[in-house]
Amino acid sequence: MSLELVCPAGSLPALKTALDNGADCVYVGLKGNTNARAFSGLNFDVQGLIEAARLVHARKRKIFVALNTYPQATNLTEWNKAVDSASEAGVDAVILADMGLMRYASRNHPELRLHLSVQGSATNYEAINFYREHFDIKRAVLPRVLSLQQVENVVGNTSVEIELFGFGGLCVMVEGRCLLSSYVTGESPNTAGVCSPARAVRWQKTANGLETRLNGVLLDCYADGENAGYPTLCKGRFEVGGETYYAIEEPTSLNTIELIPEMARMGISAVKIEGRQRSPAYVGQVTKTWRSAIDAFHGGRRSDPAWMSALSKLAEGQHHTLGAYHRPWK
Amino acid sequence: MKLSLGPILYYWPREALFEFYETIAGTSVDIVYLGEAVCSRRHAFRFEDWLDVAKGLSDAGKEVVLSTQTLIESESDLKALRRLAENGEFALEANDMGAVRLLSGKSFVAGPHLNAYSPETLEILVELGARRWVIPIEMSKQALSEMRPESLETEVLVHGRLPLAFSARCFTARHYNLPKDDCRFSCLDHPFGLELKTREGEPFLALNGIQTQSYRLCNLIGELDEMRKLGVSIARISPQPMHMEETISLFRGAIDGKIRCSEASSLISDLVPVETCNGYWQGSAGMEYMKGVT
Repeated sequence: MSLELVCPAGSLPALKTALDNGADCVYVGLKGNTNARAFSGLNFDVQGLIEAARLVHARKRKIFVALNTYPQATNLTEWNKAVDSASEAGVDAVILADMGLMRYASRNHPELRLHLSVQGSATNYEAINFYREHFDIKRAVLPRVLSLQQVENVVGNTSVEIELFGFGGLCVMVEGRCLLSSYVTGESPNTAGVCSPARAVRWQKTANGLETRLNGVLLDCYADGENAGYPTLCKGRFEVGGETYYAIEEPTSLNTIELIPEMARMGISAVKIEGRQRSPAYVGQVTKTWRSAIDAFHGGRRSDPAWMSALSKLAEGQHHTLGAYHRPWK
Repeated sequence: MKLSLGPILYYWPREALFEFYETIAGTSVDIVYLGEAVCSRRHAFRFEDWLDVAKGLSDAGKEVVLSTQTLIESESDLKALRRLAENGEFALEANDMGAVRLLSGKSFVAGPHLNAYSPETLEILVELGARRWVIPIEMSKQALSEMRPESLETEVLVHGRLPLAFSARCFTARHYNLPKDDCRFSCLDHPFGLELKTREGEPFLALNGIQTQSYRLCNLIGELDEMRKLGVSIARISPQPMHMEETISLFRGAIDGKIRCSEASSLISDLVPVETCNGYWQGSAGMEYMKGVT
């Protein structure tokens, strides 16, 4: 079975570009806080979702809808309605993190295929099998914290399909279990669908350099000529024991393109490209490169160094890593 | 309202652990959570040691609950989890859905990291056997009031550094330029976490191995009355390496109405020279400290 390439689409142009460049599936979100990329100007309204699904299906590809934040008592109806809308649009799967929402979906839309979101924090097969037994999930997206050996152990002990992150932003924390953003700003991915939200970010030129602050907390200060990326909280420079460094994680992207043969051997079902907040041009280039690499592998052809250099240019801070898949990184 | 002591989140040496729980046996906490909830590499205490301590505390009249690890990655993590689940004597606090699977049908405590943010999700945990839940770290009193949990006990973390994030990477080992697999148990040198400051010297977070905590101490002693009204029946204190007995006494005094909350609050602040926060409970950024409306 071929590795399925799952690509991000924050907008209709990005969705079309992903399809044009060889995505097997696209994943999208609805407007509002029901997904973990709740940024203004991104995502689809209900009518837009219906049109997107039609377009994707006309080209015989698949579309998934991420509804992967955690609803609360006061706003539950919005999440339930989002599941209804996804079902009515005829999407191929919804990607969920919250158990209550999984129960709602499985009771009201038994035909709807459920995927467990990375935000569900399932890092072991007992957790994944729990979701299968209770909600009949068909696929789980693993948090970016396991080594390859641990991933293989998961695959070998569940009938649920496994999807891995292949390229894009690198969460160094277990997704769904990181509250750093709400500690500083009041809003986290779990409940608000955002991390280090733009409304709380301030850039300021000072005598020391370009400062970036999140709700007043200094995340970094860049000297002239230093590459200043988006101030994600865990990728700032801090002082620990008198030393200033990237104490949590460098600004870097995850890139596992060299692991395609390993992933295929293990029986991974799909590889996911992060980045619904990215431009159509970015989505197009990443999709094209991964399409070539997956096709080359399945066609028995050698890997091409051009893939790596194409992806390096697109990586955060132009650096990339194998992350936790490569044990020494830990 | 009962008083509980959460699992020790730091890595303390074996003798310190024995000594700590000997002291705790003589305090007025009602419930004690035991076990390694953060990192599987920490092994000052073996499974049998935890059980010994559990029995001692149980004999001293405490309710004992064994806490599971929050990040369960490997087969050996699962093996340790199964052993806990099959101990046959003490109930467990599940901090991962894998643990919930193993405990389904038994009576268990749903830990703070299970992401029970909605009444529907909490209801499922109740059906599976949860008799108590610890509210998510970032849940506000407003959100809690809308949960209306009636069929189980509600527990809230009222004192201690906030456990904010879990990672595959060990930040303490990283600080010492050591790989996680050969961390030389660096956490032993940081019994209250390793302080992380911003580049302008503001204390911000505390690194605790694979866990990241708030630098500030959560302190909700002024909110106990409010909590009682919301149906909270257990207040949890998170262990720290200093002034534990005094902290417990102050909370006990405040719960029993023997000391005014405002007075207890200032006495607690005097114990540890670290700023406090209560933002999550007040519905704001977790790091903030807001005066209650009362």
